[in-house]
Amino acid sequence: MSAKIKIEKKVLSENDKIAAEIRERLHQNDIVSLNFVSSPGSGKTSLLEKTIARLGKEIDIGLIAGDVQTENDANRLKAAGGEIVRPVVTGGLCHLDARMISKALENLDLEDIKMLFIENVGNLVCPSSYDLGEDMKVVLVSVTEGDDKPLKYPAMFRRSSVMIINKTDLLPHCDFNMETARMNALKVNGKLKIFEMSCRAGDGLDEWYLWLKSLMTR
Amino acid sequence: MHELAIAESIIKTVLDEAEKRNLARIKKIAVRVGALTDIVPDALQFGFEAASADTELAATRLEIKTIPVTGKCKSCGNEFNIEEHIFICPFCESFDIEITSGDELDIEYIEADDRSD
Repeated sequence: MSAKIKIEKKVLSENDKIAAEIRERLHQNDIVSLNFVSSPGSGKTSLLEKTIARLGKEIDIGLIAGDVQTENDANRLKAAGGEIVRPVVTGGLCHLDARMISKALENLDLEDIKMLFIENVGNLVCPSSYDLGEDMKVVLVSVTEGDDKPLKYPAMFRRSSVMIINKTDLLPHCDFNMETARMNALKVNGKLKIFEMSCRAGDGLDEWYLWLKSLMTR
Repeated sequence: MHELAIAESIIKTVLDEAEKRNLARIKKIAVRVGALTDIVPDALQFGFEAASADTELAATRLEIKTIPVTGKCKSCGNEFNIEEHIFICPFCESFDIEITSGDELDIEYIEADDRSD
């Protein structure tokens, strides 16, 4: 006989379970972890390069760099002075999941680091579904992308704690309204902490570094 | 875009449950997908058909229920539907909104035969 059987289980419960284990391990080791997400080309790798070069001596930073193909981003981060960089090539998959992070952590001595940066695959849709065990998501948008990004990808902006508006040096050449962008972001997530910066020109980076340092004293 | 990976997770979860509960011939899987998950029902349906083709679930029907986004204002306590992903309270204009539904990605139930039949 056929019967209706209640399951009531999250589809991603296995991912969430691994993510919870990762979070616990990181917290036991007093490691602050940030998951960087954005469209391709918003400047995640550039921001991380600058951040490692500036803060790498003060804070022991570990990096997990995800890419669909190639280890180019991981190589850039190593060249910037990142001593502890672990590349993850997803081989076509559009997001990182908790299992990949767990595997990457096997090759990382958690006692050596105080901060973990995870550079997700460039994609504003899929990575939003996957908890990686991070403390918070940092979403980047660049001014060349349009000020309506938060409204187009609400799930990602809703689940992020920080938004970085990058490439502000290009503002004179773009139809990007900073106030509109901020308002659109806050409509989706009123708790977002917002930074404006130009990784290339250096504007706004000091505020970002200060904020990162403040996370270490919490 | 990641609907195929989500479909694979559904298949794995259901096959695990079927084994645990000693179920055979799963006829239907009912899932709840919140509107805030950015998962496209048609793409999930397609992904499920592709991913289940070579499994015991090849003939199983996937039923997708879309759940609208609702929120509760933490300032005034009112509950309301969130239209077009604007998380602002329509009563007091507060931005401090708790999501009460729309975040789901759950397997609700399955319809199956008992293996002992």
